[in-house]
Amino acid sequence: MIQKETDVVIIGGGPAGLAAAVEANSAGCKVMIVERDDGLGGILQQCIHPGFGLHEFKEELAGPEYAQRYIDMLGKTKIEVMKGTMVLDMTPKKEIFAINENGVVKIAAKAIVLAMGCRERTRGAIKIPGFRPTGVYTAGTAQRFVNIEGFMPGTRYVILGSGDIGMIMARRLTWEGAKVEAVVEIMPYPSGLIRNKVQCLDDFGIPLYLSHTVVRVHGKDRVTGITIAKVDENWKMVPGTEIFFSCDTLLLSVGLIPENEVSKKAGVKLGKTNGPEVNQFLQTNVDGIFASGNVLQVHDLVDNVAIEAKKAGKMAALAVKGMKIPSVNAGDAVPLVAGNGIGYVLPTKINTIVDDALVKETGTVKISLRVKKPANDINLKVKNGSTEIYKKFYKHMRPSEMIIFELDPVVLNGIDKKLPLEVYIEPKEQKEVAKK
Amino acid sequence: MSDVVKQKEIICVICPNSCTVTVKQLKSGELVMEGQGCKRGEQYSRDEFLDPKRTLATTVRIRNAFIPLLPVRTSVPVPKNKLNEILDVLARIEVKAPIKCGDVILENVLGLSSNIIATRSLDVDLCYKIACEFHG
Repeated sequence: MIQKETDVVIIGGGPAGLAAAVEANSAGCKVMIVERDDGLGGILQQCIHPGFGLHEFKEELAGPEYAQRYIDMLGKTKIEVMKGTMVLDMTPKKEIFAINENGVVKIAAKAIVLAMGCRERTRGAIKIPGFRPTGVYTAGTAQRFVNIEGFMPGTRYVILGSGDIGMIMARRLTWEGAKVEAVVEIMPYPSGLIRNKVQCLDDFGIPLYLSHTVVRVHGKDRVTGITIAKVDENWKMVPGTEIFFSCDTLLLSVGLIPENEVSKKAGVKLGKTNGPEVNQFLQTNVDGIFASGNVLQVHDLVDNVAIEAKKAGKMAALAVKGMKIPSVNAGDAVPLVAGNGIGYVLPTKINTIVDDALVKETGTVKISLRVKKPANDINLKVKNGSTEIYKKFYKHMRPSEMIIFELDPVVLNGIDKKLPLEVYIEPKEQKEVAKK
Repeated sequence: MSDVVKQKEIICVICPNSCTVTVKQLKSGELVMEGQGCKRGEQYSRDEFLDPKRTLATTVRIRNAFIPLLPVRTSVPVPKNKLNEILDVLARIEVKAPIKCGDVILENVLGLSSNIIATRSLDVDLCYKIACEFHG
């Protein structure tokens, strides 16, 4: 068994892992990235469409270009990259067991940043009944085939799910000469960004069927067609609303699940996002293990992944350097709960007794959330018991767009630590709206 | 308003607010807009009304690399109605590794003042290198 030792181990060399590594390295730590693929960049390498890095680099880059920026930054450092290496186990003592072509590798780390990203939900996860013919793919798999491997999975498509990958694939396949018959979404609104609906569907006249879902996959050896139908508010099919599409391929863009099998092995507790429970320092319930990127919560912008990951990288470095990072399990950690209209909110807990030196390093408390459904003219509020400690007006909120806001750590000093902090939305009073 | 010659609803994609902007062109040629939330949105809606442009991102064939495709994009946005023509041109192109991210693959495509640039660095594949050495 090969044995290694380092300060910070980053599991995953995608956008989160790269950003965390660069940050931990510049904070003066010895850093190692463990990546199971043959190269760095993660899913960005197959996302060849533009739109990455608008906030960070003030440019509209393609996915591989964005990755290349970080890979270049990495090249100027002494960060060790172990490619083709799959982490199989991790202990609470921060020992990592991985495997690659040289055999088993044991890495002893002082801190770990989880950056494994997420994976796609499959047909099994959404239980579409019927035969299992060839021609049913997840959108990400199709994206890899078309953009990297050079195969077309089919010629005529129906896409289930209006997530970003699904809509982007509709455009991509059209450009590669395929016909996309329809994009079908079970919710009454598109689940991806509006920009993608405009530029990937509307531009090509691809119809989007909202409040519809796939009820039957036709064909035994190969998909021969798809039947969709309208659903009511309980997601039950409305009889008589069936529409049949002749096609040979069904793509599924039906959500992403943070990939936390390795996290669980070290005793990391998972929360509502299917990612680890963390505090505002992105530290999990296991001291010295931090999480960021899609392994923590599924993001819609890579810029936000990078910001989050940099924070995790910095926190890991501070922990290595001996700074005490407050524990999620400590008595001063107040739960942050999702109230009215909120799907989920992170961090899971906020530590209220924080060293001044650490506050200086971390600044404001960043809170991210998604709303349950689209809403207009609303106030986002945080309350502690009956005391309102934060309020901000939003013209629009959509589930597809993660909301990130900042709490001044000063307001946390005065709160009742026995009561949770509740994040919720409420409609702004009409009078107030009119004034705007 | 009878002097409106053309009207279009545009969903602004500059920021997540996704304002719906109604653009009306008057007989005089003047554009009247409502619904835009900011200056950038106004500019976007004007451009989208008069001359919609897109950044085209696709792939071209590459030889001697470890994968068969090189991702590319237009260096600046190009008119929307020219995308298919550009795709036709790119379907006939094949490049050879090594390629560096940012390399110009095709200059001034269709005379549209936009270059086709590589968006990924791809080195010569090790297997290809070994084969070359073996065969001389």
